[in-house]
Amino acid sequence: MIERTPILNIATHVILAFGLIVILVPIWLAFVAATHTLQAVNSAPVEFWPGDQLWVNLQQAWAQSDFGPKFVNTLIVSIGVVVGKITLACITAFALVFFNFRGRMLIFWMIFITLMLPLEVRIVPTYAVAANALTPFQTIMDWTGINWLIATLSGVEVKLEWNLLNSYTGLILPLVATATGTFLYRQFFLTIPDELVEAARMDGAGPLRFLWDVLIPLSKTNIAALATIMFVYAWNQYLWPLLVITDRANYGMVVVQLSDLVPDQLTTGGGTPTWHLAMAATLVVMLPPIAIVILMQRWFVRGLINTDK
Amino acid sequence: MRRAYFKFSWIAAALLAPQLLIIFVFFYWPSMQALYWAFTLEQPWGGGNTWVGFDNFTKVLSDPYYWGSVRVSVIYALATTVLAMTMALTLAIFVDRQLAGYRVWRVGIIWPYAVAAPAVGLAFQFVFNPGAGIFSYINTIAPGWWDLSKYPWQAVTAIVIAGAWKQVAYSFIFFLAALQSIPRSLTEAAAMDGARPLRRMVDLQLPLLTPTFFFLLVINITDSFTDSFGIVDTLTGGGPFRATDLMVYKIYTDGFRGFDYSGAAAQSIILMLLVMALTFVQFRYVERRVHYT
Repeated sequence: MIERTPILNIATHVILAFGLIVILVPIWLAFVAATHTLQAVNSAPVEFWPGDQLWVNLQQAWAQSDFGPKFVNTLIVSIGVVVGKITLACITAFALVFFNFRGRMLIFWMIFITLMLPLEVRIVPTYAVAANALTPFQTIMDWTGINWLIATLSGVEVKLEWNLLNSYTGLILPLVATATGTFLYRQFFLTIPDELVEAARMDGAGPLRFLWDVLIPLSKTNIAALATIMFVYAWNQYLWPLLVITDRANYGMVVVQLSDLVPDQLTTGGGTPTWHLAMAATLVVMLPPIAIVILMQRWFVRGLINTDK
Repeated sequence: MRRAYFKFSWIAAALLAPQLLIIFVFFYWPSMQALYWAFTLEQPWGGGNTWVGFDNFTKVLSDPYYWGSVRVSVIYALATTVLAMTMALTLAIFVDRQLAGYRVWRVGIIWPYAVAAPAVGLAFQFVFNPGAGIFSYINTIAPGWWDLSKYPWQAVTAIVIAGAWKQVAYSFIFFLAALQSIPRSLTEAAAMDGARPLRRMVDLQLPLLTPTFFFLLVINITDSFTDSFGIVDTLTGGGPFRATDLMVYKIYTDGFRGFDYSGAAAQSIILMLLVMALTFVQFRYVERRVHYT
């Protein structure tokens, strides 16, 4: 603080408090709705203070949406995305930065371009690929005549098929296929001084040893930052799981369950909308990523700013 | 550039292979597939696709519903961006004064980033509901005046507010980081020249935020095109009368509900070009702007 500004300080707090209220109001109303009974939520005087039905509603919403297995699934997918993403990003960036070979920049740009088009934009064809992840290879082999060759030589017709619909792999892999983390890791590896690489080589360390014993311990903050961001990203996926998973009983994710809770004519059949349950479920679904962001705030902010998403 | 390299070996190839394979299968192939579909038409009784040139595009571009979708997408993009960035900038500038309780304010504004889009949509559907939320008050005064499922402008307002609510945290984090990277010596020099805090905000901090401002402008617009699906799906379902049928939502409904792959692919290509153009603008013009630090 450079000078004393009592009036401006009060104004600052007032403005911030106002902003915070604007941000909190919708979630507060949702929370309040989750603490009342069906009748109280749908009757004329709107409740602004929590009632005593929170636990009852949470239990009922939990049972109704079958959240138990859904949470396990979401956790599996989120951890899968986090681990897959960090591993891939780390080894790809390592190969790009510490090895000298022709076409290095070309490969870097090929990976970098994937940042431009988010999954939502190319959702229709990506879904088609997920139905059979080996289509690209099948098509290429058909075109190049390799399949014809194999068929005439051995009499076996090549039919490659790997269906990713309704599987964890299908949920995880397309979410991992972006350049977010690779870019972050590349930036970090570029700050490693040449002397460190030279010293490691002089001590007889090969590339893998150098990666494992020197770089990975150095990149702990990077890992924490990337893990936070990717966890939130994976947890909050909606469109992709909505399409890929039709067998929701076994592979459903929590966020997708929300689509069933929209109280309209379809779900209530003209009855009273069950807002208290919908809001209780909403709270349950959004709590884990919020907790992660608040607990890992430092790494989260750093990761967000360094990856530019 | 780096001087100390390892020699290229099978190790490097093995390290690169997984990433390249994965982006080939899940990024490059689908993107090419979209191009292929956009220029072909699937025969109704099998028999593969026939080449139709730009027919799919002319069909999409002459469809009034498509232009309605483009129109509401642009309105949504501009309105959410303006709302979210104004609010984020105001809050960031005041949080940056680092008064007592600074950390509490910061956390309080950051956490909405973690809320999933469909959860935002659902919560706001309750808030805006004519029968149960606070907006039911309006309907006790003027019955039937407020109903999202009847009046297009109200539905658009609702998704804009929900979308902006979700975007505030992201812009806030970037504005605050940019503000904190302003060298303290600059602030002190300005103070010594007699510039009071408000004067410093207008004449020192805001100009220094220009690069961040343009960066966020592009990112927010791009995000509003791609990240809006969850909000629309749970808040309005694209209605009433397709009033909130944003571009990604329309691709989804045409492709997966209407099974019109060629039409959806043509729309995807248009959206891809749009997003790529925005990214290009960002790299070409925005990143090049002066960085002061």
